[in-house]
Amino acid sequence: MAATESMNSIDTSAAMIAGPTQLADWLVLMPVVIPIVAGAVLLMARHEVRLHAMIAIGALGLAFAGAAGLLYRVVTEGTLVMTMGRWVPPFGISFSADALGATFATAATFVALAGAIFAIRDIDATGRRYGFYPFLLLMMAGVNGAFLTGDIFNLYVWFEVFVIASFGLLILGSEQRQLDGATKYAILNLVATTIFLVTTGMLYGTFGTLNMADIARKAPQLRESGPLMTIAALYLLAFGMKAAAFPLNFWLPASYHTPRIVTSALFGGLLTKVGIYALLRVFLTLMPVERGVLSELIAWLAAATMILGIMGALSQSDVRRIAGFVVISGIGVMLAGLALGSPVGVAGTVLYAVHSILVMTALYLLAGLMHEAGGSYSLHEVSGLYRSNPFLAAIALAVVLAASGLPPLSGLWPKVMLVKASVDGGAWWLAFAILLSGFLTTIALGRVFILAFWRNSPTAGDDSADFGGAGKARPGGYMVLGMLALPMIAIGVYPDPFMQLADVAAAGLLDPSGYIQAVFPGGGG
Amino acid sequence: MRTVIFRTAAPYLASLMVLFSIFVLLRGHNEPGGGFIGGLIAASAIAIYGIACGVASVRRALYFHPMAISGFGLLLAALSGVLSVFFGVPFLTGLWATPHLFGVELDLSTVMFFDIGVYFVVVGAITSIGLALEERERG
Amino acid sequence: MESALSVLVGLFFAVSIYMMLSKHTIRIVLGVTIFGNAVNLTIFTAGRVLREVPPIIPEDVVTPQTLVANPLPQALILTAIVISFSFFCFLLVLAYRAYQELGTDDTDEMRVAEPKGEGLPPLGY
Repeated sequence: MAATESMNSIDTSAAMIAGPTQLADWLVLMPVVIPIVAGAVLLMARHEVRLHAMIAIGALGLAFAGAAGLLYRVVTEGTLVMTMGRWVPPFGISFSADALGATFATAATFVALAGAIFAIRDIDATGRRYGFYPFLLLMMAGVNGAFLTGDIFNLYVWFEVFVIASFGLLILGSEQRQLDGATKYAILNLVATTIFLVTTGMLYGTFGTLNMADIARKAPQLRESGPLMTIAALYLLAFGMKAAAFPLNFWLPASYHTPRIVTSALFGGLLTKVGIYALLRVFLTLMPVERGVLSELIAWLAAATMILGIMGALSQSDVRRIAGFVVISGIGVMLAGLALGSPVGVAGTVLYAVHSILVMTALYLLAGLMHEAGGSYSLHEVSGLYRSNPFLAAIALAVVLAASGLPPLSGLWPKVMLVKASVDGGAWWLAFAILLSGFLTTIALGRVFILAFWRNSPTAGDDSADFGGAGKARPGGYMVLGMLALPMIAIGVYPDPFMQLADVAAAGLLDPSGYIQAVFPGGGG
Repeated sequence: MRTVIFRTAAPYLASLMVLFSIFVLLRGHNEPGGGFIGGLIAASAIAIYGIACGVASVRRALYFHPMAISGFGLLLAALSGVLSVFFGVPFLTGLWATPHLFGVELDLSTVMFFDIGVYFVVVGAITSIGLALEERERG
Repeated sequence: MESALSVLVGLFFAVSIYMMLSKHTIRIVLGVTIFGNAVNLTIFTAGRVLREVPPIIPEDVVTPQTLVANPLPQALILTAIVISFSFFCFLLVLAYRAYQELGTDDTDEMRVAEPKGEGLPPLGY
């Protein structure tokens, strides 16, 4: 400020941003700063567990409003950039929200809001005292930070923020199963982020910059001399591990079913998508040529992930573990669009990611409500829920149809786009893999629905009102599932605006000139 | 570890270390030092006190729960960045004020409050992990 | 200087990967720690090893007067050290707790979350 200039008379006009920052520019920080501040307040007020849920839901609601406002602004006016500390990029760390980041941040915050509401009943006072809500808020700050940052080292830092917060959520309760799952989750995620870091170190050694727009700008000149292929391969390894792509996915089914169901839901909905986001950002904006070289490999990985993932789901009888494998299968579908790299394919991936954020969370929450109503997660034991909870059955059918990619729900359109892109790109086998995985998902989840909902409970002999121990799921849970189902139905029935949004996001990824222009308006740096 | 010598010396040692950690924290503005390293020194002071006198007395001496301390630090750091919203500059921009108190010119800045926030985050986080480990050893 | 450091980095990576391939959690945790240090050294080397002059600019000038050490890798490493340090603390507590609760530090025997020999799901009504 003014005081700075009076203290030292050095001319900083070349290094500092001169113009004032518009108040509306702060939208780019709202999805990150609000959860951090609220999380810090909740950490301080750790004994006032009654207030936790209220503050957390309020903060997430505000963050969601910020993210939605950001999305609107980004779509109407283009990429929004704010560089920390007034330093000119690439020296200052930029937050740069384009359509992709804003879309993901909006969807993620919406899901987190739903999770926070669901947790009012799911997490008891002990869980809250151990910090469920603060960890949830800090994890959301990390996830949104990763979506919105414009600096690759900063991306690493946000990765670590949400990974550390997710550890706290994962071991909440310290049951044996949780410690077992958390050991595998923690070690493998730590290895993945460390590989991310070493690659970023190499990237810095090659480019001398960490600002993503700056890297995208300099990549064409350095392609001849620098080890860009090595860097790209290492990023594929690191982010593939985070996203649970095929040969590196074993930490996910080992851990995602162990914590509280709402934690599983948020992990399944959000964390792997951050890996997908990072893959999209790095391979499409920063290193498009390297992606072209690796595309064959990525396509095979995608096919293997979706088919083997869903085959894992077919072999399970625990609903939560089935959901874990369905998450992995969805990652394969998203990788297919990355492998294709065409505008339609990338748009399909973006739309599928949004759909997946919603539907995977809903799938886990549904499992939680099935447990509540049927008393178990195992398909051997749950039955007769259609009779005892008809409304739950209706929502369950919607979730199952959406996850399998059947009309009239949100899973259909992104799959249509991806299949079209595969056929257009000549990769008919990839199209076949996408369709096959959709078919197998229908079988796996259809079986869940048939066994848990349609099958008569063994104790309920005839049409009497005796539901054989099957209880009622609570209405609050319905409300949250309904809240998640609404956008799924909206995408399914009226897909045009969502498809346009995905197209804009994909176009921004494939042609980063607008993104670079927003970070370096003068073209200098 | 609970020898008479150590138990007698530990409170003095710990208080000296806490004092030194504040010195390192404030010195960090223009010279080597800062919130992180200062926080580590303070956390090790608390750890020494804990080894000598037991976890219960540390918790009593701290009064606040370690996680609440790091929450306070996080809040302070975040708010010192948010302050720039009122001045029309981007997040985390260093803002300065030089009030004259009792004839002494004081250089106050958001950077310093950010650093103090970091100090509390480090003290709180490391102490809570350290105390958890020490508690297990006894139990 | 860079080549000597590169060899050292390679050694660090070799040691850490060897340790991480073990199935005992405590060795894995130690391996992960060495891994983190190897990465820090990589970043340091990648930022070019210049002179050991601290990058502090005298009061009356704007730019450094002599060749100074590159400060950015040091800032990155400091961040990475902070993060890997807190991770190490967490993993240590986690491994210890897991050993207490599960009675083993052998990851092959940790089968509570994924029990062995689970049957197939029901194949019909």
